[in-house]
Amino acid sequence: MKIGILALQGSYYNHKHYFEQIGVETLLVKKPEQLDEIDGLIIPGGESTAIRRLIDRYHFMKDLKSFCSSKPVFGTCAGMILLAKENIGYPTHIGVLNVRLKRNAFGRQVHSFEETVHLKDIGDVEGIYIRAPYVEVAGDEVDVLGKHKDAIVAVKQNNILATSFHPELTEDYKIGKYFINLVDKYIKGE
Amino acid sequence: MKNTGTIKVKTGMAVMQQRGVIMDVINAEQAKIAEDAGAVAVMALERVPADIRAAGGVARMADPTIIEEVMNAVSIPVMAKCRIGHIVEARTLEALGVDYIDESEVLTPADEMFHINKNEYTVPFVCGAKDLGEAARRIGEGASMLRTKGEPGTGNIVEAVRHMRIVMSQVRKVVNMSEDELMTYAKELGAPYHVLLEIKKQGKLPVINFAAGGVATPADAALMMQLGADGVFVGSGIFKSNNPEKFAKAIVEATYSYQDYDKIAELSKGLGEPMKGIELSTLQSKDRMSERGW
Repeated sequence: MKIGILALQGSYYNHKHYFEQIGVETLLVKKPEQLDEIDGLIIPGGESTAIRRLIDRYHFMKDLKSFCSSKPVFGTCAGMILLAKENIGYPTHIGVLNVRLKRNAFGRQVHSFEETVHLKDIGDVEGIYIRAPYVEVAGDEVDVLGKHKDAIVAVKQNNILATSFHPELTEDYKIGKYFINLVDKYIKGE
Repeated sequence: MKNTGTIKVKTGMAVMQQRGVIMDVINAEQAKIAEDAGAVAVMALERVPADIRAAGGVARMADPTIIEEVMNAVSIPVMAKCRIGHIVEARTLEALGVDYIDESEVLTPADEMFHINKNEYTVPFVCGAKDLGEAARRIGEGASMLRTKGEPGTGNIVEAVRHMRIVMSQVRKVVNMSEDELMTYAKELGAPYHVLLEIKKQGKLPVINFAAGGVATPADAALMMQLGADGVFVGSGIFKSNNPEKFAKAIVEATYSYQDYDKIAELSKGLGEPMKGIELSTLQSKDRMSERGW
């Protein structure tokens, strides 16, 4: 199994380190053709507008759309924004995750916070929210995995996993292992 | 319990900026150009460093009107500068809700002995450093991000190169040093011992380190990335050039593709005149911003 990390801008080194600690092989994806070499993709945290500019300039969009429509993908923070079908007041990017998302939903950086969040089928995980988005409305096929108060902060839709928070800034590997399990099932065709 | 302003939240914010470009802007229109070009953040200022240099006199925190105008114009993070040691400017910027404060030598220092105790703030800080001693002192005070000082407003990369080379070489030295030798090295550098110990443990600086102070072309940005910068601040370079939009995009792409020389050649074509720049030997010691900070 090889996990690719979209390495355009943002926390991709942290994701690489995070998944290496779990013990899986990783690849920093810098060219669209590298998507063919991987079994699952991480879209990291970062600035979604900056990542989007680089996606366009390096002709990633077509291949990303096709990858994210069929294979396992995990987006954190900016990654969630890039996957969402609707970003309130802002453009849609890859648009495969059927949610209505609010950007910078908890406020500016001074309101960024840490708090443990309980996730369905996973347990309590360390949540680090940095100018984070949250899901305002989730479509019928979307499984809500966790909430911070009333805000939806973790979702799963078939092979797509997305969180408002940043597991890659922690040593809490539960959600990473959950994603690896998704990839494993995908490879085995389950 | 919901905790704001923790070390992970503050240093994590800088991690999200990695391999990005942070651009100096003086109004909403420039901020939009920066965001559209793919900047990861903007620095809201009253004047860019080249103009601060030209104007002379005392340079202070920007008018909050300008900072708010920029904050309302873009969705990316907004940074602002306070004077070294100016606790009240820093608290004011925090109250305005800026996403990051640069305790900056570009402004005239307010305190010639002490920097701000940045550990006490909810908002994260970035600080400049010329060597690892200075870098470690700033981390000890609670800086969540570092940058080279370079020589702001000169369009001359030589000082940023010097500072990045020195810091990276001293980090390598710490990482390879026996732990027995660390205390004496801490004494030589004037660095807090616990910060050097953390560098040794992690094998790298514990915070993100950008290049700043003199980046004027896409090739300059790529050069700093090759020397180990995690990203690039561009001050006067963009909006002092003939074609800011094209220039801003080219710098963003060069920072990403810093080892792709065909690409950098492409990006460097027909950019028009970059800022004129200042040869460093013509700057007297009193005019060097990089010598501010303690």
